[in-house]
Amino acid sequence: MLDLVVGTITQGLLWSLLAVGVFITFRVLDVADLTVEGSFPMGAAISAILITSGMNPVLSIVVAGIGGMIAGAVTGWIHTKLKIPALLAGILTMIALYSVNLHIMGKANVSLLRMDTVYTMLGSLLGTVNMWSAAIVGVLVAAVVCLLLFWFFGTEIGTALRATGVNPQMIRAQGVNTDTMIVLGLLISNAFVAVSGALIGQAQGFADVGMGIGTIVIGLASVIIGEVVFGTKSFVRSLIAVVLGSIVYRIVIAAVLYMGMPPNDLKLFTAILVAIALSLPTLKAKWLAR
Amino acid sequence: MLEVKHMVKTFFKGTINEKTALQGIDLKLEEGDFCTVIGGNGAGKSTLLNSIAGVFPVDEGQIFIGDTEVTKMPEYKRAKYIGRVFQDPMVGTAGNMQIEENLILAMRRGKSLGLSWAFKDNEKAFFKERLALLGLGLEDRLSARMGLLSGGQRQSITLLMATMLRPELLLLDEHTAALDPKTAENVLQLTDKLVAEHNLTTLMITHNMRDALRFGNRLIMMNAGRIIYDVKGEEKKQLTVQDLLQKFEVAGENALSDRMVLGAK
Repeated sequence: MLDLVVGTITQGLLWSLLAVGVFITFRVLDVADLTVEGSFPMGAAISAILITSGMNPVLSIVVAGIGGMIAGAVTGWIHTKLKIPALLAGILTMIALYSVNLHIMGKANVSLLRMDTVYTMLGSLLGTVNMWSAAIVGVLVAAVVCLLLFWFFGTEIGTALRATGVNPQMIRAQGVNTDTMIVLGLLISNAFVAVSGALIGQAQGFADVGMGIGTIVIGLASVIIGEVVFGTKSFVRSLIAVVLGSIVYRIVIAAVLYMGMPPNDLKLFTAILVAIALSLPTLKAKWLAR
Repeated sequence: MLEVKHMVKTFFKGTINEKTALQGIDLKLEEGDFCTVIGGNGAGKSTLLNSIAGVFPVDEGQIFIGDTEVTKMPEYKRAKYIGRVFQDPMVGTAGNMQIEENLILAMRRGKSLGLSWAFKDNEKAFFKERLALLGLGLEDRLSARMGLLSGGQRQSITLLMATMLRPELLLLDEHTAALDPKTAENVLQLTDKLVAEHNLTTLMITHNMRDALRFGNRLIMMNAGRIIYDVKGEEKKQLTVQDLLQKFEVAGENALSDRMVLGAK
């Protein structure tokens, strides 16, 4: 039972980077970015292929993050320069990344069996078993990301980025190039998503070209659960809520699987969950108007 | 100082909805000119302001602010020279952000942004000082979200933001039209005070002819994309609503909207 609890929370923490990435685009920038479906497996693919070719696992995660940045920048460029709607721009990059990811790996999946990962490295360093190593990595990574983003969104550029999502007209009148801000936001977001992919890939021991399917919905579910359960009173609170939301989402999934739901129905379950959560404001308004 | 030379703007060019909104505007504002703009619906008032602000490119003509030509400059770059207040009180400020955050961004209008921490104690004191001038008690609510404030409060803060760094040009696009009469009057008085305090070159669109006469040292009247009347100084001071109505009659029946006639009573 302890295994299950620790494992579930760890999963939540490792996936929380994806959720934070989705939070940056969906909530801060106010665009739904589907690039994540491609940048998540891309992060895993880059990390896995670099590890098999002998690179340090930590360094491979950094490279994965840079890959995610490029993916985000491409979507941003398509959206702001070619004036293609953000949703479609993300879909285009996502589809393109499918081929890119196959090129990166050279095949549909890469196994990390008996390879060093950040978890085994930490394990041999601290003498911990894999379960605890992963938990420690998860806590560290989530904490660092929260601190980093708390700092960034309090800087001048970070404040301008937030304002871009809230009121682009206003922030242009203050002399900020909103296109640059959108590209920057997408770039940061997808860097986190790719790092999340790399961490998950190393944790599960393989990278697969299909592992990105449904990641946007998982990210949205985490963001929304976090908002509903932990609130959005301040920016810091929203940020922490996203991480906690990711953990709660994993607990919910673990619980329904434990109660006997077939794993094949997971994505259907998640999609319905997100649809209900997103429609709550509308349903509430309708209910009150009766 | 603002100079607009033979500016032409056509919307939906080459389509059945083609509309020439500005048919060759020439306008020169001297340093410190406070110019009110009146005209009926579709006269081109907002198009004039938006063209100057760079919201869209113009088809012909040139725009100078001070010695700088800004005709081809994107909107966000022109912001360095221009302070703006919009008709909709929601547009000028970021509703989901704190008052302080809005002011922080206004404090850096047209400057290059960096990765330094945006919240500075000395600026906070300055913000409080400026907010206190409004007399709305907002100086103690720096961390309140903008969205919680009333339209009048938001418009007052937008004015403060637009003038926080002295702009070369202040553009006011019917910034009191969405407010109730009492609040509108307060915001207008504040406008007058800030313009005088910083000796700002200002263009103010209004639907209210009395306001157009009461404020500023210059008045232009627009109709069908042209400036049809331009008056300043002593001559403007002598002007009455009756005179303006007469000018509109000469210009044609479309020149006057119901809203303006009602506002004149």
